[in-house]
Amino acid sequence: MSDAVIRIMDLSKSYATSAGLFPALKNVSLTINRGEFVAIMGPSGSGKSTFMNILGCLDAPTGGQYQLNNRQVSELGRDELALLRNQTIGFVFQGFNLLQRMTLLDNVALPLIYAGVEHAERSQRAHELLTRVGLADKANSLPNQISGGQQQRVAIARALINRPRLLLADEPTGNLDSHTGVEIMALFSELNLEGITIVLVTHEADIASHAKRQVRFYDGSIISDHATAQELQP
Amino acid sequence: MTLAMLGEAWRAMGANRMRTILTMLGMVIGVAAVVLMMSIGQGAQYAIKQSISAMGSNLFILLSGSTQTSGVRTGSGGALTLTVNDAAAIAELPGVQAVAPINPGDAQVVYGPANWNTAIIGTTPAYLDVRAWQIVSGAAFTASDVRSATRVALIGQTAAQNLFGDENPLGKTIRIKQSPFIILGILASKGQGMDGRDQDDTIIIPLTTAQRSVFGIRFPGTVRMIMVQSTGLEVMPEVEAAMTGLLRQRHRIRENADNDFSLRNLTAVANSAEESTRIMSMLLGAIASVSLLVGGIGIMNIMLVSVTERTREIGIRMAIGARERDILLQFLLEAIIISVAGCLIGLLIGVGGALLTEALTGTLVIISGSSVLVAFGVAATVGIFFGFYPARKAARMDPIEALRYQ
Repeated sequence: MSDAVIRIMDLSKSYATSAGLFPALKNVSLTINRGEFVAIMGPSGSGKSTFMNILGCLDAPTGGQYQLNNRQVSELGRDELALLRNQTIGFVFQGFNLLQRMTLLDNVALPLIYAGVEHAERSQRAHELLTRVGLADKANSLPNQISGGQQQRVAIARALINRPRLLLADEPTGNLDSHTGVEIMALFSELNLEGITIVLVTHEADIASHAKRQVRFYDGSIISDHATAQELQP
Repeated sequence: MTLAMLGEAWRAMGANRMRTILTMLGMVIGVAAVVLMMSIGQGAQYAIKQSISAMGSNLFILLSGSTQTSGVRTGSGGALTLTVNDAAAIAELPGVQAVAPINPGDAQVVYGPANWNTAIIGTTPAYLDVRAWQIVSGAAFTASDVRSATRVALIGQTAAQNLFGDENPLGKTIRIKQSPFIILGILASKGQGMDGRDQDDTIIIPLTTAQRSVFGIRFPGTVRMIMVQSTGLEVMPEVEAAMTGLLRQRHRIRENADNDFSLRNLTAVANSAEESTRIMSMLLGAIASVSLLVGGIGIMNIMLVSVTERTREIGIRMAIGARERDILLQFLLEAIIISVAGCLIGLLIGVGGALLTEALTGTLVIISGSSVLVAFGVAATVGIFFGFYPARKAARMDPIEALRYQ
């Protein structure tokens, strides 16, 4: 039993375009251990978002291997992938991706419906998490009635509802002003201290500096992988 | 789980209230049409059945004179070729239950200051058995009344109403063509006949009396028609053949000559009338079903639009762990709720429309449990059938493609 949560070997992904196959990822290998806080950086088009979608079991690679908790993800069927997304992985999007028609409480509780949790427990757990992200008083508001930073907090609460040990975030601060971004990053750091493995994609260096490890993508490949400088200077 | 899904479906439908209502309207119209058409059709079928059983069952009617002779044709009853003795001979045939020779006609009937022109039927007591006609008060005349040509009469409800008003006709004397008749009994109401004539506008008197005192027939013993009732439906073909053979022999008709009488199987006529009503009501139902189908296609159309519109939502749901069957169920439930709700409203409107039709036009309608059940079953099936394709389209989406959809 290894300590690796994510083990990527020789992973590649290409898209069919009118100009032929476009390689978004070229033979990427990476291992992320339990409890790590990793920032994946790189300019747009470097393949970091594609990489994240594959990590989140939303997209499938065209080559190589992806092991999540020592399971070969490529061998799993659609329902098993759905189960992974529901129970094992929490995913936070740049655009929040809340359902606009539902109250914040229902949005946070939604993954529990697919997990088959009863109504009373659903709302209780959703309340707990909304309290945790400081939005308990807005439980019955709709997403368009709150600010972007608050929406992202709700999205994080939703990602955490099934108590995953792995949290993936794709540009979570991309739509937020820098002050709110720092708040969100503080929340991530807090969660990481509680033992949740966090991988987030960003192109902003100061956001990435909250992470303990920085992986840099360029043109579909990893060009650097090192611990964050601040950590080296205690 | 399913309860939560129902709540979600409800919310989604509420978000597009106008569209949901319009989609439902397709089902409402379809179901209402099916229920209404089937109710009217079954009512018509029942009315036909009623008039058949009012006519009497397993009946033949023999008419004097030929309808098939070449040259000048006198029409049925033009020449009185049938006789009372023919009737007596037919009564001896196997499979024959009752035989009633009849001389029909009409005459002016007078009671006190009132007078009324009504149908007069000269016949034997067997006529009441053949027509399955009850007497509500008083008694029928007997065979001895026929033998001695007594002046007695049975009176139908309409004739009684017109001659006597509220007075009790029993034992009163009426005059038919100057001859006095005593009312012996009052006939039960029979309503309209197959030809739409009021069967209760009738007075029945003994055959012999009719011939002597009312119609003045030139050849006593001849009759215009004979009604024959067989013992059952299955023996009717044999009875028909036997009667034809017997009458041809009795009338000494040569081998190649046409019959000098005509024979009609009233049950066959009635059955074909019933059959055509049945086909008619099936046809109405089929046409109404087309609107149900159109309603179903409407549901499919809207569900497809809804699935496309909500592609991003489907992507989000998949990203947080919805399986294929969760998405399938969600959209299928919406389609089923729309069709079942539409069906319930349609049932109410259909039943209401049927009752209104009955109230306004007097047409008999029958709302049977089976037609309601059929309409409901078809609607639910339509919902599932036409909801399935859009729901499956949603469930088969690729999560990342769906998430990228703008």
